[in-house]
Amino acid sequence: MVKVFSIRRYLRDLKLPFCAGCGIFTVMNAFLKSVHELEYENLSDFVFCSGIGCSSWISSPYFIADSIHTPHGRSIPVATGIKLLRPDLNVVVFGGDGDIVSIGLSHFIHAARRNLDILVIMINNMVYGMTGGQVAPTTPFKIKTATTPYGSFEQPLDAAKLAVTAGASYSARWTTSHQNELKESIKKTLQLKGFRFIEVLSQCPTAYGRKAGFRKVGEMLRWFTENAISVRQAEKIGEKELERNIVIGEFVDRRRPTIVENIYAMIEEVQRNTRQN
Amino acid sequence: MTEMKKMELTKPRSLFWQGSEACAEAAIIVGCRFFAGYPITPASEIAEHLAKRLPQVGGIAIQMEDEIASIGAVIGASWTGAKAMTATSGPGFSLMQEFIGYAFMTETPCVIVDAQRAGPSTGQATKCGQGDTMQSRWGTHGDYSSIVLSPNSVQEMFELTVRAFNLAEKYRTPVIILSDEMITHMREQITAPLLGDTDVIDRIKPTVGEKAFFGLKEVPSMPAVGEGFNVAVTGSTHDEYGIRFTTDPLVHRRLVERLNNKITNHKEEISDFEDYNIEDCKIGIISYGCTSRTIYEAVEKAEAKGISVGYIRLKTIWPFPNEIIRKLAEKAEKIIVPELNLGQIYYEVERTANGLAKVTPLNKIGGGELITPEELLAEIVK
Repeated sequence: MVKVFSIRRYLRDLKLPFCAGCGIFTVMNAFLKSVHELEYENLSDFVFCSGIGCSSWISSPYFIADSIHTPHGRSIPVATGIKLLRPDLNVVVFGGDGDIVSIGLSHFIHAARRNLDILVIMINNMVYGMTGGQVAPTTPFKIKTATTPYGSFEQPLDAAKLAVTAGASYSARWTTSHQNELKESIKKTLQLKGFRFIEVLSQCPTAYGRKAGFRKVGEMLRWFTENAISVRQAEKIGEKELERNIVIGEFVDRRRPTIVENIYAMIEEVQRNTRQN
Repeated sequence: MTEMKKMELTKPRSLFWQGSEACAEAAIIVGCRFFAGYPITPASEIAEHLAKRLPQVGGIAIQMEDEIASIGAVIGASWTGAKAMTATSGPGFSLMQEFIGYAFMTETPCVIVDAQRAGPSTGQATKCGQGDTMQSRWGTHGDYSSIVLSPNSVQEMFELTVRAFNLAEKYRTPVIILSDEMITHMREQITAPLLGDTDVIDRIKPTVGEKAFFGLKEVPSMPAVGEGFNVAVTGSTHDEYGIRFTTDPLVHRRLVERLNNKITNHKEEISDFEDYNIEDCKIGIISYGCTSRTIYEAVEKAEAKGISVGYIRLKTIWPFPNEIIRKLAEKAEKIIVPELNLGQIYYEVERTANGLAKVTPLNKIGGGELITPEELLAEIVK
């Protein structure tokens, strides 16, 4: 086992494209630290799928690993094809909120429903960062963005809760201010089966902070820390109160039959019957 | 594989199959082990047949949430080293276009069946049409070349499905089988070759240490995920090693020109057609798919009247076989292009003939009605 954690061990020798202060660095670090602590010397047991957006660049092409950088929103369908035929590989999807729960939302719901054995890590910066800060389905009410200059007039989506309803085995939300919790959550889920979803609320100083009024990265991280309440705490307070808070923690952690288990059991049975006939 | 061989060999050679069944069985024989699709008339039978048959040979068939997810899963499956396909019709084919461009850009072999129906939009879902001909060539955005096969019988649905997989594997590119409602739904007696008689082409796998999976060679070798090659696949412009270069003009030209050239440079090998009397005819006919089934009777009747008629029936539509069309145009006075659309291949023929012969469209749309031999004959004698 390699005792000292070096992020370089898992990364191609390329310049990372992310802005200074971006929360993606935190998530990238947490993921690779989890991999390190689970004693993976390299990423050869993994396949990474990602779509389009800043977060989708985490794995592609920076990880020294098999990585598939798909069209916008379509990482989960590609991951489905891979996981069904290579159940032995650990398939991990990285994506932003626009990628996973806007354009790719139906795939997200159906993968959770199927309990497809993949880990989806969604970096939620509440905005379309790469394209210049347009409103997202995760943008809080009244927040100003490039396409909502008078403030968003829509209600945001609660992806972590949606994953529970859709049938995920595991769903959690953390923020980039909760690095240790995030890392432990990734470590745990990398060892589980079924559909696992981790949402990470993250700061985008360039595209979100600018319009939403967070001029400095620290201000946003402080906002995360100060407004985060646990799932348990959230159960005790009213919905109106909740609007001002970020609910973090594990929303669900359960064992359910997965599509990979079911499909291979079916194939085995069909082949047994075919041979008998 | 050995088990499958046994199973196939016990089947009779002469079969009475539906087009969809011929397509599904051909896919299995050529080694397809993954299907993902979404129900749509008139392509659903292909999904239904493969849902039954694939698990029997250890493969997987899954119904996805939509056509986009279907082709996405097919592309994922292809990167595990499997041969994979999907089947749809016009509306679903439209939804798949972005991923078709992605498969082209990432050099992912896969097969897409488009059983055409009357469009645009939902159109006449159960009725035959040929309105997707140009879409099969230019459906996705950007500069690309496509390989499109056009069967005109159940027998050909079988043969061209085998060929589609072979071309996809050989050139590392998506291949489209442009079928239609009629060819997919009708039943005919066919002779299916046994497994051992079928030529099967598999993609070239890299050797240990190889790194350039997206260039250096015309068709680079293709690793699968999980083999330790650390392959970086992206639909963005990338260099020979899969690394994104989104601003460099030279990297883009090098990649996209090679992707197009690997198809257009092999046009002759890819092109397949049936031709008759093109060296010595007054009237020429160029047809494909279901429409081509009525030309034989029309030609026979015209010949009985003493008119010399020749035809070219396209089994591959794209890349377009300009040379043979030009040959016909040099001899014939008039070329008739019957199509179940308002004129699509007609324009390609006219462009190729370039004034050498008069090119006349003969079109019909709606209700799945074919162009009858009489209608074609009337155009011949006109």
